[in-house]
Amino acid sequence: MNEYIYYPGCSAKSNAKHYEESILPVFKEIGIKLDEMEDWNCCGATASLSVDKTKAAAINGRNLSIAEKADKDIVAPCAACYLTLKKSNQFLMSETEEAKKILKDLESAGCEYKGTVKVNHPLGLFTDEIGLEEIKKKVKRKLTGLRVACYYGCQVVRPYTDFDDPDYPVRLDNLMKAIGAEPVDYSAKTRCCGGSLTANLEEAGLRLNYILLKEAKRKGADAIVTICPLCLFNLEITQNKIIKKYKDNVKIPILFFSQLMGLAFGIPKEDLGFSRSMISLKPMWEKLGNGGTNE
Amino acid sequence: MEIQEKIKYEEELDKNFFDEIKEKSGCDEISQCIQCGTCSSSCPMAVYMDYSPRKIIAMIKSGFKDEVLKSFTPWLCASCYSCQVRCPSNIKITDVMYALKRKAIKEKIYPSRFSIPVMDKEMHKILTKNGRSSEVWLMLNLFLKTRNPLGLIKMAPLGLSLMKTGRMSLKKESIKNKKQLRKLLKAVKEGTK
Ligand code: SF4
Ligand code: SF4
Repeated sequence: MNEYIYYPGCSAKSNAKHYEESILPVFKEIGIKLDEMEDWNCCGATASLSVDKTKAAAINGRNLSIAEKADKDIVAPCAACYLTLKKSNQFLMSETEEAKKILKDLESAGCEYKGTVKVNHPLGLFTDEIGLEEIKKKVKRKLTGLRVACYYGCQVVRPYTDFDDPDYPVRLDNLMKAIGAEPVDYSAKTRCCGGSLTANLEEAGLRLNYILLKEAKRKGADAIVTICPLCLFNLEITQNKIIKKYKDNVKIPILFFSQLMGLAFGIPKEDLGFSRSMISLKPMWEKLGNGGTNE
Repeated sequence: MEIQEKIKYEEELDKNFFDEIKEKSGCDEISQCIQCGTCSSSCPMAVYMDYSPRKIIAMIKSGFKDEVLKSFTPWLCASCYSCQVRCPSNIKITDVMYALKRKAIKEKIYPSRFSIPVMDKEMHKILTKNGRSSEVWLMLNLFLKTRNPLGLIKMAPLGLSLMKTGRMSLKKESIKNKKQLRKLLKAVKEGTK
């Protein structure tokens, strides 16, 4: 199987619209057709796993079964969806009594699943399947001079360490280099943003995100580049409060990696959701000239 | 959060708790914890926890059921898996935290006005009903359930920023084939005790 189906997840339809707006044109530019999964349901993220493990696995089984029927592998850009789908896939195939029972239930509801689907994150596809050489060929304007802090967060690199190193991954850094940007040595790259706790526990949330913002600033980054909607959200919404609380100007744009890829591929910046940034991008555009130097 | 030092007599401990969590988390390795503390030192939330991850593992092993289930620790776990990938004994600590959350919800001993378990429950409820979650409705429910109107007011600037950037959706999201989802979840429910 080498065809892919797109699993957006809830955030790509609400607070992370610019992830979808940028990742789809990037796939198109690379020449991969990516249709949205028909009638997909929410993966449940960390919530369902905290309430009912069996149901969590079942609802993910439904999505996996839709992909299997279409004979395609899943592409899940949201880091939390990626991990949840992958974890559920592994659990459903674990051959335990519990898993076998869920597979039977899936079948009885018309969602039979045999286990042929692979769950991918676009970052891994770009760096490992398509390869950086191919990516380089697509670059029309190098993002020369743009210093980026590559932030991986947790869900894509952990606990499935087959993807990259769990503490010091490099794939996003390499990808950013391939499009001409300059990754800074971002030692906080896999530190926690607080996930869904940040919205609920302000004190902890501000502290965790301050560490991330501060480190990017200290290394002279012009922007933080993320692969996760929740990371982006947390890093954006905490900035004003952090500036007030710690009296430290840590204002910095937070972007999806696909937005910068699209820019480098020559897609007009108006089509990549940059206007959805809560932080001003003016200094970045000034640095990039007309949205990157033409080759 | 007050940490009370308590003396426990052996007969007060719950001898089945350890086995139950082992089964619920799918992690047989808990017994092999060497109390090295790698998990606690890797944990970004440990400073806010009443018992550190290392202590929680030790308490599970010894059968301190009430203390563990009443603890804030599982609810403060951000599910970042730092501890899990570093544990030298391959203990799936994050999965253990999830098992504790489920157990606490099932036994209704989580802090009821603490927003995190309430949010998890609400979100799970919405998405098992509609197949998708809708942020705005989730937030509204959450503030109602935790009786926290102030929290709602505090969210206003955020709502405004989201609105301005076109990132707020007021739509109640739902899948088309809800019937299938209902059938699936019913089948799942009937099988589990
Ligand atoms: S890292 Fe593993 S072995 Fe060490 S204290 Fe934590 S659970 Fe026990
Ligand atoms: S997964 Fe939970 S317990 Fe483990 S390090 Fe992260 S926050 Fe701490």
